[in-house]
Amino acid sequence: MSVETPAMAASATPARPSFLVRNIVPILLFAALAVLPFLGLGSYITQLVTRMMILGLAAIALDLVLGYGGLVSFGHAAFLGIGAYAAGILVTENRGDVVYILPAALGVAALFGAFTGYVSLRTRGVAFIMITLAFGQMAFFLAQSLSRYGGDDGVTLYSRMSVFGADVLSNRTVFYFVVLGVLIALYALCRAIVASRFGRVLSAGRENPVRLASLGYDVQRVRLLAYIISGMITAVAGVLLANHTEFVSPAYMSWQRSGELIFIVILGGIGRLDGAIIGALVFLLLEEYLAELTEHWKIIFGALLVAVVLFTRGGILGQIDKLLGRARHG
Amino acid sequence: MSTTLFLVQMLNGLQLGVLLFLVAAGLTLVFGVMDFINLAHGVQYMLGAYLAVAFIALTGSFTLGILAALVAALVIGLVLEVAIFRHLYARDHLDQVLATFGLILFFNQGVKLVWGAAPLSIALPEMLSGSVRLMDGLLYPVFRLVIIAAGLLVALLLWFIVDRTRTGMLIRAGASNAPMVSALGVDIHRLFMIVFAFGTMLAGFAGVMAAPILSVEPGMGDQVLILAFVVIVIGGIGSIRGAFVAALIVGLVDTLGRSFSVDLFKLFMTNANARATGASFASMATYILMAAVLFFRPQGLFPARGRT
Repeated sequence: MSVETPAMAASATPARPSFLVRNIVPILLFAALAVLPFLGLGSYITQLVTRMMILGLAAIALDLVLGYGGLVSFGHAAFLGIGAYAAGILVTENRGDVVYILPAALGVAALFGAFTGYVSLRTRGVAFIMITLAFGQMAFFLAQSLSRYGGDDGVTLYSRMSVFGADVLSNRTVFYFVVLGVLIALYALCRAIVASRFGRVLSAGRENPVRLASLGYDVQRVRLLAYIISGMITAVAGVLLANHTEFVSPAYMSWQRSGELIFIVILGGIGRLDGAIIGALVFLLLEEYLAELTEHWKIIFGALLVAVVLFTRGGILGQIDKLLGRARHG
Repeated sequence: MSTTLFLVQMLNGLQLGVLLFLVAAGLTLVFGVMDFINLAHGVQYMLGAYLAVAFIALTGSFTLGILAALVAALVIGLVLEVAIFRHLYARDHLDQVLATFGLILFFNQGVKLVWGAAPLSIALPEMLSGSVRLMDGLLYPVFRLVIIAAGLLVALLLWFIVDRTRTGMLIRAGASNAPMVSALGVDIHRLFMIVFAFGTMLAGFAGVMAAPILSVEPGMGDQVLILAFVVIVIGGIGSIRGAFVAALIVGLVDTLGRSFSVDLFKLFMTNANARATGASFASMATYILMAAVLFFRPQGLFPARGRT
């Protein structure tokens, strides 16, 4: 065995995607999202895409721990719920400004992430999956017991949060661009994290934690930090989600929601942040389309999920890579 | 709180623990031997309950209906094993989680399609529907006692099979080192299938037993599944003994927590505060317990031998 170069840690996916796809996809994606409201497609489409961007943001955050850290967190919906409830509770208590809501969401998410992450990361593999699931349920039941905020029924936000006292988010187009701006900013942040030394250690910890530890890195600390960061970004998505739907309920934290987030990441292509956005798009289109088809759409959806796992590897972007790779060679 | 109430709640906790054990035993066996995380295990529990409803209505007989439901649950489990699960054993845990999650969505909606979304219930036969007087002022439903007895009996049987028979020996060997067992000439696929069928039957049995005392509704397996996860994490993944002890602990903590936490908090809080805090504490008690156990023993209370 020769000496390993740092580059080995950088390859986050089994097959490194082509240069073209890695950079063109996010640029095209964000450009398309930026012009979309001006195409006159109607509010239904803009609303759907707003929702897609929010779920995409949560999926990006999940991909950070799932794709790069190799940690299958099955309780990420809890963070989404924490953000959403921060907005829901503070709006109800007449403190519905971003200066209260954002710090509250980030702070609680960081605390919750630090506690659950510390305990969960003491285990590996399947135990980690189950424990994060159980902590997600814990948050779910806690939200259910908040009788002041609607308990199981949830609470309706009487208005969207204000931004430094100004009520700007009630305008749908403004809200759309705020969501897009947050998405781009946090996407860039995640790209920077992944490319940084910290991100490389995180990925390397997935590949070979023993070697990394012998090199003197504290893998657990890096993982915990990544888990907390991921949780905080997800909480931001939660704040946006609550403002988008103007409604918060424990259902945001249900374990099915956590499963959907994982599915979104896998669907788009695990370990590639732009994949998470595409996964969210396809997921929502699928949901909308199937729901129109039949009220029992979850039957089709469930079967589709099984099929995706059994027959496709690398998600949608992985398939595109394959096509592009073939085109270039042939 | 009176002694009688406490005893009744102890029995209720025991009964929940026994049901949890039936579900968790299969889950931990399948995981221990095949390294396969099966979220759809709760589906087997739900199907057991629904099939019991259907077959009791069909045959008009409680006993016949329950037997038919057990067989049908087993058959469905085996079909799923051959069609889907078998292809997932070698995959990573993420794929397993996702595919079995898909199955949950499929079956939850499926039972809604077939039986409707409204909760169903089963009438108990006269022999089992009464209560017995256990002591002064303590009446307890017969059927709940039957559940406890049946669950303990199954636990005993399971111990006998796993600890005292040749198949059990192979199962234990498979849990420690499946490739080695295979290399020694044992048909590992057949072993896997036996283990899986076993686990499926136990979960189905739990569902059948639960059907008369709980409302049978779509998604009823999810709650049990998550509690079963808590159980096997506390007990130590892959350990049946651990699952048994942890199931009883979780059953008791959950039941007692729900009935007494408000009283407990009333000792040092105002009534209104105690009610709110008690309610949320009760629903989180099992998870707090799990966090505490993991904090001190990351491998669970009874780590299975031979696993690293």
